[in-house]
Amino acid sequence: MVYSPETRTGYGQELAAIKDAGLFKVERSIHSPQSAEIRVRFPAGAPEREVLNFCANNYLGLSSHPDVIAAAHAGLDDRGYGMSSVRFICGTQDIHHQLEKKLTEFLGTEDTLLFPSCMDANAGVFEAVLGPEDVMIADRLVHASIVDGMRLAPAVRDTFKHSDMGHLERKLEEHQDKRRRVIITDGVFSMDGDLARLDEIVALAKKYDAMVFVDDSHASGFIGKTGRGTHEHCGVFGEIDIITTTLGKGLGGASGGCVSGRAEIVEMCRQKARPYLFSNTVAPMIVAGALKVLDLIFTDTSRRDKLEWNTGYWRKGLVEMGLDVKEGDSPIVPVMLYNAKLAQDMSRDLYDEGIYAVGFFFPVVPKGAARIRTQLSAAHEKEHLDKGLEAFRKVAGKHGILGLGKNEIKDRFGL
Amino acid sequence: MDDLKQTILEYVIDEYVEEDDDIEVGYDTELISGGLVDSFSMVSLKRFLENKYDIQIPDADASPEAFDTVNSIAALVVRFRGK
Repeated sequence: MVYSPETRTGYGQELAAIKDAGLFKVERSIHSPQSAEIRVRFPAGAPEREVLNFCANNYLGLSSHPDVIAAAHAGLDDRGYGMSSVRFICGTQDIHHQLEKKLTEFLGTEDTLLFPSCMDANAGVFEAVLGPEDVMIADRLVHASIVDGMRLAPAVRDTFKHSDMGHLERKLEEHQDKRRRVIITDGVFSMDGDLARLDEIVALAKKYDAMVFVDDSHASGFIGKTGRGTHEHCGVFGEIDIITTTLGKGLGGASGGCVSGRAEIVEMCRQKARPYLFSNTVAPMIVAGALKVLDLIFTDTSRRDKLEWNTGYWRKGLVEMGLDVKEGDSPIVPVMLYNAKLAQDMSRDLYDEGIYAVGFFFPVVPKGAARIRTQLSAAHEKEHLDKGLEAFRKVAGKHGILGLGKNEIKDRFGL
Repeated sequence: MDDLKQTILEYVIDEYVEEDDDIEVGYDTELISGGLVDSFSMVSLKRFLENKYDIQIPDADASPEAFDTVNSIAALVVRFRGK
């Protein structure tokens, strides 16, 4: 037997160590479509209960929108369930090209290439376009998929302190001897909800002859006055060399991602990016659904406007009740608790109050920076927000943290 | 040795400690296992040491363990300066 008892025991010990460290992840089983109101069974075998969802990336509330579902159904009927091929053999339909064209227009770039996910886009893009003579300079809080993609690339790797433009400039000066420089950042940082200072980054890129890469997964569809993304918000629409983003969050929530940007870079990905070359095409019904999503939001900003209002109302409510909330302009609103156990306890108590919001702690966020990350959606109605705020008031009151800042929480609970 | 450690400590604080970080870094502070420096950012520290002390540290020796404290980094520099 290849899978020996020793192997089984070894894995068992590793899993036990993960549990002992408090890092064991358990999936909560949802028994409804994704929305503001969902039915959940947690823990396994517990009775099903209805809770309000404050932790989905369903920013525009399109995950279960009837028009998107109808378009996906039509795509399924017209173009089939799957293509049984990678893109470049026999996996490209007319609708894949239509979606790529539409995304190019929406994002303000020159060309776009679909990937099975944004994780795949980030895993493939750097290796496809950079060589050992080049350097990648990344913000230290970029998403894990970018870190993985950078690991796969032969270029020199460096980092700059989170959103620290002085530090970035020093790194750009230091790497003037390289052939190509790429500044790498998230548009909206997923754990803190803050926005990259893209206007300043683009200015530095021009000064030091660098390209700019932005992962706008937590921005596409709703950040900026017409929802085009962080580059629109920062006044540098059309000036970003490489944008990666996902169809799995605001843009419908299913799956799929893309690399969008300068025509030659996108073409290099089409020729060389391994996740594009060696994994299946995005399924036709997903493409059809995503085309409908873009139709819905291309000229109508009502969903992103509602999301903006919801975010302002939620943020104001949390701050006014005396919670320590990270500042930001995105629908990611982290309630800072600093202590990991406090974050876990409050998340559990919120669930008991019918609010689904997850605690994050090291190693997902730095040590001593535990939090409950709340995420708003255009699917939330005001009564949902009021119920959520009331639950936070009750639970935070129970733990005695209303009105406390970082140092007071630290003194009471430790870090 | 104290000058060497102090130079490394100053670089580590300048390069890795963020403004709102609530930590004090000393010679024995665990930089990597403590979560202050990730293995990615370690690259800049290696480059700094190589340029500053005119040494070459092979990748095999630039392990997270060897870079985990200012003390262990200083020992590594001494080892390669002697070569």
